[in-house]
Amino acid sequence: MHATSALTEADRLMTVCNSCRYCEGICAVFPAMEMRRAFSDGDLNYLANLCHSCGACYYDCQFSPPHEFNVNVPQVLAQVRSESYEAYAWPQFLSGSFQRNGLVISIVAALSVAAFVIGFVLFRDTSVLFGAHNGPGAFYKLMPHNEMAALFGAAFLYAIVAISMGVRNFWRDIGEPAGTLVQGSSLWQAIKDASTLRYLDGGGVGCMNEDEKPTDKRRLYHHFTFYGFMLCFASTSAATVYHYLGREAPYPWYDLPVVLGTLGGLGLIVGPIGLLREKFRRDPVLQDGKKYGMDVAFLAMLFMTSLTGMALLLLRATPAMGLTLALHIGIVFALFITMPYGKFVHGFYRFVALVRYAKERREL
Amino acid sequence: MLQRSSPAVAKAHVTQPLDPERRYDVLVIGGGNAALCAAISARRSGASVLVLEAAAHFYRGGNTRHTRNMRCAHDSATEILTGPYTEDEFWEDLKRVTQGHTDEELARYMIAESKDMLTWIVDQGVRFQPSLGGTLSLGRTNSFFLGGGRAMLNALYLTAERLGVEVRYDAEVIELEIENGMFLSATVKEASGTSTVRAAALVAASGGFEANIEWLKQGWGEIAENFLIRGTPYNRGTILRMLLDHQVKQIGDVTQCHAVAIDARAPKFDGGIITRLDCVIYGIVVNNQCQRFYDEGEDIWPKRYAIWGRLVAAQPDQIAYIIFDARSLELFMPSLFPPIRADSIEELATLLELDPAKLAETVSRFNAAVQPGTFDPDNPDDCATAGIRPAKTHWAREIDVGPFYAYPVRPGITFTYLGVKVNKEARMIMADGKQAVNMFAAGEIMAGNVLGQGYAAGIGMTIGSVFGRAAGRGAAKYARN
Repeated sequence: MHATSALTEADRLMTVCNSCRYCEGICAVFPAMEMRRAFSDGDLNYLANLCHSCGACYYDCQFSPPHEFNVNVPQVLAQVRSESYEAYAWPQFLSGSFQRNGLVISIVAALSVAAFVIGFVLFRDTSVLFGAHNGPGAFYKLMPHNEMAALFGAAFLYAIVAISMGVRNFWRDIGEPAGTLVQGSSLWQAIKDASTLRYLDGGGVGCMNEDEKPTDKRRLYHHFTFYGFMLCFASTSAATVYHYLGREAPYPWYDLPVVLGTLGGLGLIVGPIGLLREKFRRDPVLQDGKKYGMDVAFLAMLFMTSLTGMALLLLRATPAMGLTLALHIGIVFALFITMPYGKFVHGFYRFVALVRYAKERREL
Repeated sequence: MLQRSSPAVAKAHVTQPLDPERRYDVLVIGGGNAALCAAISARRSGASVLVLEAAAHFYRGGNTRHTRNMRCAHDSATEILTGPYTEDEFWEDLKRVTQGHTDEELARYMIAESKDMLTWIVDQGVRFQPSLGGTLSLGRTNSFFLGGGRAMLNALYLTAERLGVEVRYDAEVIELEIENGMFLSATVKEASGTSTVRAAALVAASGGFEANIEWLKQGWGEIAENFLIRGTPYNRGTILRMLLDHQVKQIGDVTQCHAVAIDARAPKFDGGIITRLDCVIYGIVVNNQCQRFYDEGEDIWPKRYAIWGRLVAAQPDQIAYIIFDARSLELFMPSLFPPIRADSIEELATLLELDPAKLAETVSRFNAAVQPGTFDPDNPDDCATAGIRPAKTHWAREIDVGPFYAYPVRPGITFTYLGVKVNKEARMIMADGKQAVNMFAAGEIMAGNVLGQGYAAGIGMTIGSVFGRAAGRGAAKYARN
């Protein structure tokens, strides 16, 4: 017996697929399935998080609907996957945030932006808020660096702790020993597989999104998004180092934090727009309709982070800087604290699933 | 039938009405591997091509949907093939499985052409991968399609459409106009109505007639009602019937087909690969009188699986039961339906509605006949019986470790061999021995030219690709002149 109806259906599908195996060259899910003959909840959660939702197995399947065997692996694994996010959430009482995730994230983002605007209005003189500032330390006239660092450091730390606890729950559920996560060769393989999105290409043919033609560009847009995010992260890190070396923001346009941030920001604009576009075009039969909001909210937050960051770069010498800053750091703060409770977690679960898969492959 | 609406499936493939004035160079009837290879090769030869597929978009491609590999000769190992498979070895294999019931000239031509198929089919967008898990014994001889037969079809259709081949779905040909071995036109029934298509040449690649139970009965009698059809319900042989009625020469007889023993619980049509059972060699097979009837351990399974359909067809009520014990449960690939399980042979018999005392007696007589040996699940071993008939010559182990398991099996018809006679060009031969003027055939509809009986894994696809390409080339050449 399985915990949910999605898991029961996933078990049925894996039994069908394991008798067929035509898709084993497409991705990691099917070879991992073939290593098993029966599927526990943990096994199914592992397979679901290994699935990159490339869609190829649906259009390649002779048993997909309207066939009576009704095999729809991408949709059912998407359902299992989002249920697993909820089950692993830490602390558990916040797991409900996955239920109406789009709404939750929107509200948190709105409240966060409002808090920064109100904070600036209450604690800063209007002339400071609407004044034009130039030169080093301009941002910190609105919010002192140490306050900013403490607030964002705490939010980030919280996100890391909560996500780590989720990963721990996942790891326990799938029954994998902790030691696997420090296996160098498995980690390295997973880093290569994740950083190239090896399994988001239909086995080499390409992904499918709208129909059986491999015209999907999600892999490219995901690269824009992911590497854009990493560049922004690098930009922030560089700026932090600069600060403690005594160089205060804002920095000139050619300086490392701005260059990294601008490139990353462009990625985080192009990527999420592309992914949203593909999402709107996606064949509904492949999607877990209930989690549409979660996916859209995540992409929207990344897009807003970048958009407001770019706006800040353009408007930083004008009187609009104060409100733009409030908007930007409000969005970023909301992004941080909601990381453990939204689509952001997919990267972590998928990455560690790939670590386990690398280990299983090697031991085969 | 469970139905779930899928926009991709339901998406109307909006097609303009057929232009009654238009005359195509080549008309291809059918939509599987053979048809698409013909359409693509004709188009690449410069012909205008119309493909009429009787099935809906989802079911396009006939039995190709259910295939997974093709058998091609090659002189050395490749990225996906573990070793060479020479033309001579291929020919020896074909001679053995058909017991000589093949046309040597055509077969050798097909085998020679198959070498080039490995690259030609890749050029049409199809991708290969090494043999699938559980099919290691085919790793040297057979090239597996990445994603299986439907992925292959998707690639072929995409290529055909990009080349400008016109494809119509839900387009059933209900009449052929043929005069003295010359195709003139076809009448097509579509949702919008009936229309006439004219073309300079015809390629018939519309499959066998295995889904036409009435036709099967002409050879098998009433027992054909108990057969399961593994593939598409669309292969009713209507085009084949029309061609034979128009004096195209028939080849093969009604009862010859690729038939395996599949799970009796499978649906009547289209159950595909997942109802197959690979456990015969590890147990015993009894009929509903609880009697064994053939050496279950004759040879490794891939060499023998294609005889079991006919063996079961010869049993009372066309049903049999594979019986094995806990020791064998995980030695073979899983399949769709779980085995029926019981703690004793008698209890198992009751679940199968067999006579418990008789089954117990058959099992204990078998167990008593098992000789000592070293069991090797992957190779013909020295575990055999002595003193019973039929003997079990390999993998004979006592069935005595509970729980006990059974799979009920019925004949599963994959495809039929009765078809139209063709020459090396894939051109049809008329009943009077003359060549047809402008009619070609490829795939199951002419498989009997090469396969008089028996089967070797992946050979149906070789026939389809090789003769499909030849038919398209020949039809385009005729149309140009």
